[in-house]
Amino acid sequence: MRALSVVTMTAVCLAFAGLLGLAVWHIAGSPAPVNLPGLLAENLDASGVEHPITAVLLNFRSYDTLLEIGVLVIAGIAGISMAKTTSLEDPDLRTSDSLLYALQRWFVPLMLVLAGYLLWAGSDRPGGAFQAGAVLAASGVMMRLGGIPMDFLRPGVLLRLGLALGFTVFLLVAVASALAGEAFLAYPAGFAKPLILVIETVLTFSIAMVLLALFVSAPVNRAQEPEEGEHE
Amino acid sequence: MTIHLLYAFAGVALCGIGLFGFIRLDHLLRKLMAFNLMGSGVFLVMVGLAQRGGQPDPVPQALVLTGIVVAVAATALAVVLIRRYYHLSGQITLAEPGREPVKKPAADAHREGPTE
Repeated sequence: MRALSVVTMTAVCLAFAGLLGLAVWHIAGSPAPVNLPGLLAENLDASGVEHPITAVLLNFRSYDTLLEIGVLVIAGIAGISMAKTTSLEDPDLRTSDSLLYALQRWFVPLMLVLAGYLLWAGSDRPGGAFQAGAVLAASGVMMRLGGIPMDFLRPGVLLRLGLALGFTVFLLVAVASALAGEAFLAYPAGFAKPLILVIETVLTFSIAMVLLALFVSAPVNRAQEPEEGEHE
Repeated sequence: MTIHLLYAFAGVALCGIGLFGFIRLDHLLRKLMAFNLMGSGVFLVMVGLAQRGGQPDPVPQALVLTGIVVAVAATALAVVLIRRYYHLSGQITLAEPGREPVKKPAADAHREGPTE
């Protein structure tokens, strides 16, 4: 019975992979219906940035990015509401590695600078809000492992503001451009570059906050410890 | 058969392996990892197929970048949910009621239950 079900599962998966492979083969054989890279190259000047991927993310398909940061905010909120955060200075969660402490002093400022560079580099080379946000979140994770108190991460006003900031600013820009008579999310001419820069900056901040909040909100709970808001 | 098609077919293989793991494995964390493997396969198919003209197409790359960030956040949320489920039920699988759970609930696992 068990062996039979394994055989069935294998057959189903092979059929799935086979169909998918057939579809890939078929698509690869037929010519592209529209020349997207060509269209993009023609309109790159109007986008306000020089790098095509950033242009797609924050101008041509900024609707996707808006929805994406919305999904991130929802995930972050669900995560922090699910967790019973133990105190952030929990000595058990702290590694007592002196090497980590020593490296931290060098790495955290370096990573903050790197995040700033990646954010700025997004305009004309690979980089941008997501990479910068990931680096920022990683330095936050390192600080957390090193036991540096990060009071702003307690579920509170600051954390919620930080989570919502990127989405709010993005949505405000979108609605403002719609109210001003243009399409939803169409940047007014001449303001594309500064608006993209502002949005990227707040996005970086919010993405880092979401990722860090999701990391922090899965603490090691042991039965003996009182949890936050549950003082003995 | 060019090099970018190799990426696309590697993505197809990853999708198949991930699907098999997703329906075959019981442990929730393994299920999550298998699901992520499927997601990576999809990203690989998209990026690989989009290089047909010889040069990479920025539009699918941007979509995949968006997808990666969403996948990371969703995975983190799933891990939080799995931990919560474990704390509430003491189980690491979605065993059907009536069947013996794979792991007996830990003695301290019920402390987050609604009775407290």
